[in-house]
Amino acid sequence: MSTDILSPRLVARGLSAGYPGRRVIEDLDLAIAPGRVTMIIGANACGKSTLLGVLARLRPPMAGTVELDGVDATTLSRRRFARAVGLLPQQPSAPEGLTVAELVSRGRHPHRGVFQRWSPEDSAIVDSALASTGMTELADRPVGDLSGGQRQRAWIAMALAQDPRILLLDEPTTFLDLSHQIEVLDLLRELNRTQGTTIVVVLHELNLAARYADELVVMSHGRVVAHGAPADVLTAEVVAEAFSLDALVMPDPLTGTPLIVPVPGGAHSAADHA
Amino acid sequence: MTGARTRRARAIFAAALVVLAIAVLLSLGVGARPIPPWVVWDALTAPDLTIADHSVVLTQRIPRTVIGILAGAALAVAGAVMQGLTRNPLADPGLLGINAGASVAVLAAITLLGITTPAGFVWFAFAGAATAAVLVAAIGSRGADGSNPAKLALTGAAVTAGLTSVSILILTTDIVALEVYRYWSVGALTARGLDAVAAVAGPVVVGLALAVVSIRGLDLMALGEDTARGLGHDVTRTRVVGILATVLLCGGATAIAGPIVFLGLLVPHALRAFVGDSYRDLVLIGIPLGAAVLVLADVIGRVIAPPGEVQAGIVVAFLGAPMLIALVLRRKQVTL
Amino acid sequence: MSVVEAVRTRTRTRRRWVVLALSGVLVLIAGLSLSLGDYPLSPDQVWRTLWGGGERVEAYVLFQVRAPRLAMALTAGAALGTAGALLQALLRNPLASPDLLGISGGSGVAAVFALLVLGTTGPVLTVFAFAGGLTVAVLLLFAGRGQRAGGYRLILAGIGVAFLCTAITNFLMVRAQVEQTQTALLWLTGSLSSTPWWQVVTLVLVGIASVPAVIASARWLPINQMGPATAAGLGIHPSRVQVVAVGAAVLLTAATCAFIGPVGFIALCAPAIARPLLGHGAIGVGSSAVVGATLLAAADLVAQFAIPGLQLPVGVVTGALGAVFLLWLLGTSKGRNL
Repeated sequence: MSTDILSPRLVARGLSAGYPGRRVIEDLDLAIAPGRVTMIIGANACGKSTLLGVLARLRPPMAGTVELDGVDATTLSRRRFARAVGLLPQQPSAPEGLTVAELVSRGRHPHRGVFQRWSPEDSAIVDSALASTGMTELADRPVGDLSGGQRQRAWIAMALAQDPRILLLDEPTTFLDLSHQIEVLDLLRELNRTQGTTIVVVLHELNLAARYADELVVMSHGRVVAHGAPADVLTAEVVAEAFSLDALVMPDPLTGTPLIVPVPGGAHSAADHA
Repeated sequence: MTGARTRRARAIFAAALVVLAIAVLLSLGVGARPIPPWVVWDALTAPDLTIADHSVVLTQRIPRTVIGILAGAALAVAGAVMQGLTRNPLADPGLLGINAGASVAVLAAITLLGITTPAGFVWFAFAGAATAAVLVAAIGSRGADGSNPAKLALTGAAVTAGLTSVSILILTTDIVALEVYRYWSVGALTARGLDAVAAVAGPVVVGLALAVVSIRGLDLMALGEDTARGLGHDVTRTRVVGILATVLLCGGATAIAGPIVFLGLLVPHALRAFVGDSYRDLVLIGIPLGAAVLVLADVIGRVIAPPGEVQAGIVVAFLGAPMLIALVLRRKQVTL
Repeated sequence: MSVVEAVRTRTRTRRRWVVLALSGVLVLIAGLSLSLGDYPLSPDQVWRTLWGGGERVEAYVLFQVRAPRLAMALTAGAALGTAGALLQALLRNPLASPDLLGISGGSGVAAVFALLVLGTTGPVLTVFAFAGGLTVAVLLLFAGRGQRAGGYRLILAGIGVAFLCTAITNFLMVRAQVEQTQTALLWLTGSLSSTPWWQVVTLVLVGIASVPAVIASARWLPINQMGPATAAGLGIHPSRVQVVAVGAAVLLTAATCAFIGPVGFIALCAPAIARPLLGHGAIGVGSSAVVGATLLAAADLVAQFAIPGLQLPVGVVTGALGAVFLLWLLGTSKGRNL
């Protein structure tokens, strides 16, 4: 898990995806920068969760491909893919009574054959995942007894136990208190900085995304409308287009990253735009 | 728009009445001994018990027709009410074990306590239905996804299986009684007579009235409990009235016809295709339509497998189970 | 020591103790089964006879009457317990069991059909019963195909099929002669009496054949339980897991049904007992097998000796006890997860 090993490139080419009878994403191209923290933002129903779902191979695309290191992801076995790409879905559920240690241990699944026994290497990786997320003390506690922030950290630890080079997270901070949201985002940033893991997060909160992302992907109506560093990408025009919101964009007084301040009375329906 | 809806509903109601009339005519005339309509008319207007045909009409055909009407209406309405209360389109008093509860209680009353008069054991039917309803409601609403239809259905199936086993245990020493029970336990309109109908008619009518009274409440509850409360509606009262109606209807129907499964599912769903989710229509039109369906099922049972008869409950199950499976297969995926 | 190793060792130790304790109970019940009866055998008589000593008559009673019956109870109970554990883990519902989902019903229909319409008995009947259960399973897998989640549609379709099977069975019974229905009725209530050794051996072989699928399911199901998205993220094929788990469960259930008839509630109750003993969200496939074996053997004891002078079919006992157990589940905190 040293930063010397280059993270594989995850690329979407001409991707169209959605549900039967309804295309949510249309002909989308996106290259996820390896080794960086990328955050995908956009209004509800813009397709960001669908995009993450296709990138994570949760559902097949209707057109186009997802490539991992230049190889079509669908040609890889699910387990092979899971060894490289970890996923934390929205509102994950664990069976009652499961302890943190057991939850994290399940993250080793893609690396273990059906009849393979648990190895010391597995233990080492799980311990390391617990340590990285600060969950070592809580290893014996049932997941259901933890606070929101602790629970998310436990799930992140599980994704880490997969030893992935790329980590995808779908709205990991929804329903969390602000302090827990910061806790989780700080953890993700630290993971990226210390272990070089590529992090891709779908996030609802604009200002947090602006603060924590190395790269922002702004989506609207199934297309990418902007992709780049937050300071470059988040302008009043982009915010107006993607979020149907008149806002002031100014540098955050503490971090210098873009801060979106909505103009009173500045919300308008998307129909005004097109 | 509502004008068109109401006209449509009225038309369907009228159609249901017509179907019921036809069903009754068929029920009085059709059978192992086909009796032409004019003889039926004679039997009704100028009965002469020495004529064999008249005897059949009066002592066999009329009772089973009346039982079919009463039980069919009761179960169809009970099904609609349960679907409204549980907000679960797959709720059916047979599937959810309520009828099984009533039937075990009746069995226990007859076999263990020797209460053989309908006026006596009908109270056990109500008690049994109420107990099963409470059981299923208690188990089925626990846990995070309390109103999940699969969970409710499984709970009902487990409760039914358990109660059926208890029934068999009660009867295990008496093979003859076991045979009779097996015949009756699928739902038959011929096991009881008009004395049972008399005992049950009052409570069933009360149950129907209660169901009608709770119509508005059910329509409101379909929006979600909190929303209904926000609109000033007393959710608890509707619940209580609804459960009471269900117990009376299911207990009464089971006491005279045995535990019939799927009728409470079949009729409301057939109606939904025409009148949508309005509980006013589902309950009111359910009365004649439910009666018609059960009587027709009984008629079909008489002719489909000569020289014997297939019990009405089996015919209903043959219609209802595939419908349930088709419904299940066609349902859009519910993201839980 | 590694944190996770400590936890794993604790879990493993607990599991071993549970299995040990359950096995102890099992041995006790087995001992009773071999000793009690019209020709009572004391424990040392049993022991002696098992090892080749003892009188001719003792050997006969032991090896031709009681041992096969006990062996069948143990094997069938283990098979049912395993099937129940697999289905409940797959469908994430503690009430999901092969009897409620129509698999036993399908066996019943086929068997009654064979008995009443074709007039066959013996091995042909067994084959029919087995085929009936498999048919239902295929139907259910078809109903649940393409489902990402645990099996909402599968469960509902299963219940529908179960009720339909009851209706068909009753229809067949109504159409038949009274004497034949007695036999059919007896088969339908599930019985372990007069079990020949060949049936036991066949069931054991079926059990062994299902072991790879059971092991794979036991490995996959805990991951599958974490929801379709997480499971897919960890490299699980949800449809593959479904087919393998249902396949194993159906194989075990249909085979058991084919030999002893539809015995209800063991598949439901065994995992419900095993899981809380193991704790920590375990699936408990192995423990459910042991519990199932114990339960069925104990039920058979009750069936034979509870009412003096009357032999109850074991299915009646399991049904009644199962009903009581269901109530108890409801009343205690164990029912919290229902």
